[in-house]
Amino acid sequence: MLESIIAGLSGLGSGAIELFSWQGLPNLVMLFVAAALLYLGVAKQVEPLLLIPIGFGCLLANVPLGDLMDEGGMLRTLYDMGIANELFPLLIFIGIGAMIDFGVLLENPKMLLFGAAGQIGIFLTLLLALGLGFTQLEAVSIAIIGAMDGPTAIYVTSQFAPHLLGAVSVAAYSYMALVPIIQPPIMRALTTKKERVVRMGTLKRSVSPTTKLLFPIVVTLVTGLIAPKGLPLMGTIMLGNFMRECGVVARLTKASENEIANVVTLFLGLAIGGTMEGKAFLTPQTLAIFGLGFLAICLDTVAGVMFGKLVCWVSGGRVNPLIGAAGISAFPMAARVVQVQGQRYDKRNYLLMHAAGANTGGQIGSVMAAAVMLSVMKGMGLV
Amino acid sequence: MDNWAFGITMTIVGVGGTFLTLWILSLVMDLLKKVFPLSAEDTKTDKNA
Repeated sequence: MLESIIAGLSGLGSGAIELFSWQGLPNLVMLFVAAALLYLGVAKQVEPLLLIPIGFGCLLANVPLGDLMDEGGMLRTLYDMGIANELFPLLIFIGIGAMIDFGVLLENPKMLLFGAAGQIGIFLTLLLALGLGFTQLEAVSIAIIGAMDGPTAIYVTSQFAPHLLGAVSVAAYSYMALVPIIQPPIMRALTTKKERVVRMGTLKRSVSPTTKLLFPIVVTLVTGLIAPKGLPLMGTIMLGNFMRECGVVARLTKASENEIANVVTLFLGLAIGGTMEGKAFLTPQTLAIFGLGFLAICLDTVAGVMFGKLVCWVSGGRVNPLIGAAGISAFPMAARVVQVQGQRYDKRNYLLMHAAGANTGGQIGSVMAAAVMLSVMKGMGLV
Repeated sequence: MDNWAFGITMTIVGVGGTFLTLWILSLVMDLLKKVFPLSAEDTKTDKNA
């Protein structure tokens, strides 16, 4: 009897004994990382909807002997339910599609080209990652941070390098929140004062409801036929947008952009946090991923602004090159950054609508870049 | 395929493919606007809303 009581008592406090032993050190460090993520989410409001579930998932995964990421554990079940099969990012995309008004992009469809230029950082980062010794599939997963699009990064990484999922996701969401800090110095360094004060006039409304309704169907078909491997990404975002524009399924639209997106965001964040187990996360690779992710966003901005300068020159000075910085997926932050930078040099310069067009173009561009990458890899026989 | 061949292929085809697809898409969007222009009725509905 006494023996069984002693044996039973040995189970209590075993987590603490494990945590403060030498082999528990990585978990202890990760508990501080979890605390940092929770602090950023709560106190600094850095992408709180994602960083709080990720931070708490990280905390749960690093309490020793909790076994939440073992077979049958809660975090493992969430991971298998929606990340291993790429379902969660796609469900979030339906919600994103339901939230976006592509009308401003349809007013001036050429803004889509800014959305293409804003993805060049992805491909340059791919080269850098390969140069640092990452495998081809790992390099693709790291480069996709440059899409500045959390669900796309998670979708690609969960397919090609699931062991990097925690680092890639945290880097993608953290840097996305830092767009207002990262972009302005690059924008100022690459443009002259004369370029920054270029005015672009106002956009006149020219898009009919029928065009807005047909837009998601046409985009799905065109992009799906060109890059079929990206169809799940583009198809889901356009499904959400079609529901929004058709106006007859308000309940589904609302559910997609609220309840479904919220529940999936919670599950997604927890499951990603669950992948941040100490021994797997605390590697030099993780530091390299954060460094490359930062470079990816800087290179996106450089490419966007340089493309803006080219368009400014070709158009005889009618396009403000700052608009190029908005050709990324971080919506609407990047558009606001352009507006603020433009007004810093000319208080009466209203670039917001043009920048919003480039920004929604960046949303389509980031998904398209991922779709092209996946399809090219399929063509090469790598996936 | 070695890493550099892969990287350079992905960069050229990736950047080119993304630009080409989005350019085609912008042309299709322009076409859509021409086929289904904004009518006076649409503007009126907006004003009444």
